[in-house]
Amino acid sequence: MLLINAGVAGGAEPVCEVEDWQVFDKAVREAGIFVSGESLADLVTATTVSVAGDGTRTVVDGPFAETREVLGGFYVIDVPDLDAALEWAARCPGSWGGGSVVVRPVADFGA
Amino acid sequence: MRAAAGVVEAVFREEHGRLLAALVRRFGDLDLAEEVTSAAVEAALAHWPVDGVPERPGAWLMATARRKAVDRLRRDRVYAAKLALMRVDSVTELPEGADFPDDRLQLFFTCAHPALPEEARGALTLRCLAGLSTAEVARAYLVPAATMAQRIVRAKRKIREARIPFRVPGADELPQRLPGVLQTLYSIFTEGYATQRADLAEEAVRLVRILRRLLPAEREVSGLLALMLLVHARWEARVGPDGALVLLDDQDRGRWDTAMIAEGLSLVPRALTGGPAGPYGVQAAIAALHVEAVDVATTDWRQIVALYDVLCALTPSPVVALNRAAAVAMRDGPVAGLRLVDALSGEERLRDYAPLHAARADLLRRAGRAAEAVVAYGRALELAVTEPERAHLRKRLDEVGGTT
Repeated sequence: MLLINAGVAGGAEPVCEVEDWQVFDKAVREAGIFVSGESLADLVTATTVSVAGDGTRTVVDGPFAETREVLGGFYVIDVPDLDAALEWAARCPGSWGGGSVVVRPVADFGA
Repeated sequence: MRAAAGVVEAVFREEHGRLLAALVRRFGDLDLAEEVTSAAVEAALAHWPVDGVPERPGAWLMATARRKAVDRLRRDRVYAAKLALMRVDSVTELPEGADFPDDRLQLFFTCAHPALPEEARGALTLRCLAGLSTAEVARAYLVPAATMAQRIVRAKRKIREARIPFRVPGADELPQRLPGVLQTLYSIFTEGYATQRADLAEEAVRLVRILRRLLPAEREVSGLLALMLLVHARWEARVGPDGALVLLDDQDRGRWDTAMIAEGLSLVPRALTGGPAGPYGVQAAIAALHVEAVDVATTDWRQIVALYDVLCALTPSPVVALNRAAAVAMRDGPVAGLRLVDALSGEERLRDYAPLHAARADLLRRAGRAAEAVVAYGRALELAVTEPERAHLRKRLDEVGGTT
């Protein structure tokens, strides 16, 4: 799974255009490795739920972006090994210019 | 009996990495490969003293390990189905005497994969390629065996679960990945120096030799081997009879290992020609200039400063800048060097770096500013890590009139 932490756009020139994302998305699908993926709506629409030990439910607005990076979306891809995944992650515009992409294997519970 | 055991040990040292690498490639599982590698060695210890050492001990070990791996996979059918059923058939067909290919190169890249924590890379390399036990690796890094065991288990788990591949990077990726492998080997070497273990430094040299055999065209591998040899040739001379560190200036050059120097020197031209030089090649060239000079006075300091300029451009770091300052001081005098060192002393990374304060103290002493030198030696002494280093600084402090 590629977790896309898009860099917050600072005053500098944008590092990628919408077209870059379209190109990447097309490449992932055409390579036949695409399993699923979504881009997430703006962080101001996010809500956090946590349930305490006594069952009390807390709902808060946020999370607020305390770091410079926020989860912007994800791809689940099917590739043979980590190097292949890292290669795709590097091609993802989200990893450019201050952003980063975290690569995590999806757990395999021995089907 | 003893002789056979000695042969097993020698063979193990020589063949362990190859054996493990070949088995990893065949079965795609590091743990299984390790398990059957040690099972094969155990079998050798049991059989060789009775039946005699086979003509090709490496091939014997390989055949035995393969058989054990196949048995193990057959026993554990779920495991087998998941792993390598297809590969098993080809495994059994290989004739006993046949030589097996050298797959160690991919193991080098796996152990030094950038996705692994840095602290685990050297440990894993020593464990898998050098064949050191976990306890020996722990001793090398001065950590408790349990801590090291955990570190290695975690690294192996990451290799398995994140699917770090056992493969040699393609030509397009090699320039990006090779420096990590060289860095891992160099850090094993410097760990040998930090812990004053010549055997560890020698193990690093042995591993770089293997890497060089596997990647003969890579000039930085030759550069690293040259650098290590030229540094290690002076191992005996760098500690005096009183246990204090002896700096290059004062070393008894008769105690240098001339064969090692000759080998190191022969590699330097190879590391420097045929394209832009890499950082290890340049450092080897600097080390070569040091050993080629008869003494410090006749050392070609102009050339050394020029090489440090190249190194600063390739890998800019405050430590490189500090070494450059020391060379400038030899070329232009202590005051010129002092100016550069003082400019560096504000660097965060160097504030508590003993060599900076030691270098500063030396320059102050040479510039005739004894009182300031005493203070600087004192600071260096506070920060110095190894005992020979401290002994050297105490000696210098006495000479400039300070008290320890």
